[in-house]
Amino acid sequence: MPLGYVLRRLAVFVLIIWVAATVNFFIPRLSGADPVRERLLQMAAIGGTGTGTVEEVIKTYQAKFGLDKPLWQQYLFYLADMVRFDFGVSITRFPNSVAGMILDALPWTLVLVTVATLMAFAIGSLFGALLAWPRSPRFIHVLAPPLLTLSAIPYYLLGLILVYFLAFTWRIFPLGGGYKVGTQPSWSWAFIQDAAYHSILPALSIVLSGIGFWALSMRGMMVTTQGEDYVTFAEAKGLRPRRIFLRYALRNAILPQTTALALALGHVVSGAVLVEIVFGYPGVGNLLYQAIRTFDYPIIYGVTFMVIVAIGLATLILDLLLPVLDPRITYHRT
Amino acid sequence: MTAVPISLERAQNRICRVSRGLRSYPMLSAGLMLILFVLLVSLIGPFFVPREGIQVGSAPPDQRPSREYLLGTDTVGRQILAIIIYGTPLTLQIGLIAGAIGLSVGMVFGFVAGYYGGALDHLFRGAADVFLTVPGLLILVVIATTFKGAVSVMTQALVVSALAWMYPTRTIRSQVLSMRERGYVQLAKLSGMSGPEIIVKELMPNLLPYLAASFVSAVSAAILASIGLEALGLGPQNEPTLGMTIYWSLYYTSVLRNLWWWWSPPIVMIVIIFVGLFLISAGLDQVANPRLRRAA
Repeated sequence: MPLGYVLRRLAVFVLIIWVAATVNFFIPRLSGADPVRERLLQMAAIGGTGTGTVEEVIKTYQAKFGLDKPLWQQYLFYLADMVRFDFGVSITRFPNSVAGMILDALPWTLVLVTVATLMAFAIGSLFGALLAWPRSPRFIHVLAPPLLTLSAIPYYLLGLILVYFLAFTWRIFPLGGGYKVGTQPSWSWAFIQDAAYHSILPALSIVLSGIGFWALSMRGMMVTTQGEDYVTFAEAKGLRPRRIFLRYALRNAILPQTTALALALGHVVSGAVLVEIVFGYPGVGNLLYQAIRTFDYPIIYGVTFMVIVAIGLATLILDLLLPVLDPRITYHRT
Repeated sequence: MTAVPISLERAQNRICRVSRGLRSYPMLSAGLMLILFVLLVSLIGPFFVPREGIQVGSAPPDQRPSREYLLGTDTVGRQILAIIIYGTPLTLQIGLIAGAIGLSVGMVFGFVAGYYGGALDHLFRGAADVFLTVPGLLILVVIATTFKGAVSVMTQALVVSALAWMYPTRTIRSQVLSMRERGYVQLAKLSGMSGPEIIVKELMPNLLPYLAASFVSAVSAAILASIGLEALGLGPQNEPTLGMTIYWSLYYTSVLRNLWWWWSPPIVMIVIIFVGLFLISAGLDQVANPRLRRAA
């Protein structure tokens, strides 16, 4: 793999992180006032958490942001903080550090999103391939319209419907949460089982509405590859249809799909954040929701930044893996 | 007097042609029908359902659907039917405004990047790619929490439009790239037309179906983003948009309290809108690209 390609991808990764940090820094300042300070003063006025603590937090923040310094200096300090994942402390749950709270929540989201996305990708791609394959059984074509309709429903609304039927009415699955109330997260087998059981419905809503999306683009690719000469040649050679399907048509159609995977990640995560709220799942989506409800700005900015970093990283890994998977991708262009 | 029958005939002819056209594009016409249904609900509904129904306390709380309250009422005494009828057009409005802004910006970026290439291309395409990778909802959350408090439908549309330009930029740019080298563009260049003139007079008319399709997807994406934001509680608090209805129904745990008549109507409406828009944009793609028709 040429060094130039790797360096370019790394540059894009750094660019994404810089955009995330810059958005977090400048957008709140566009409104003229610092929302963190405003919120703190407001809390002090109500006396919600006791004036003593609020003053303490304000002091921490004033020292941290160096509010007497010029804007560009504040910006540089801010960037340095972000790179060290130092997001300050939570306003509503002072003195918990935002980074710590995010680190507690992030694994839940990462596992849920990764597993669900890969499942949706695999099932959807296979389904799409079968849709375009003339020999596939009839039921595939019967399944297509409902699955494509499901893909038009946002994840979390599908989740709402699933909760109502599978958890509330028929009580097959738990109503929400990431694990049984009263248990402590640990690495014991029983806990992992319980967590997996709780994650089935949220994952199902991501998978079900994702299948149609992947199937649609896969079908398009399959139609193209089936018209290629090498497929005609394979047929002429008398290869078994199964082999032609898997090794000739599908193998070549799946690669552009992986490129789409890198682009779709941001979209999937946006949807997953909302799924977590519907299910009360203990990931970053729920953390964000609680923070929005209590105007806990450091958490809002911290979550935004961390999730973007995670996605940037995933995209970087996919970008570096793709040329290995698909020799047709050239390093020089794009 | 003779002019009337002729123009009538002409009109009939036109209707025939349109209906024949629609029949050969079943996806497009199915999508148009769904959206037409949504529009009818929001246009005709207000004649039958008074606006008071969307006010808090206008009805007893948590009523099942009945003769008096056709779709029931929510926990704070709003009537669901009224919420749907007066909220759906607001959601559509947000989508249309944001989609139009997104497409306009995307057109400028996409045409300039695709036609002129070079540094401008790197800049616009790079920006679009970076923002496409990032989860848009989170950026919108940061923007929306900055405008906390009273958000109007218009502000909501502007917030959502901030991230509605990337996808149009990308698709338009790639279309322009493939068109730039065609004979008629070369000819126009040779005959001394300026860049902007070629873009407006030669490229745009040829890309009309694509532009229409990307407008529809931009609207759909904008509605998706705005409903997402609203479900987080970051929407126009006092307006009954579909997303805010979802938010309140989540807020008052309507699922666990078996108030199915509260959360299901907005979901049904949202699904109809999304499926309709999806079919329209897929249908427009077929119009723009006849090769897709054979594959379908």
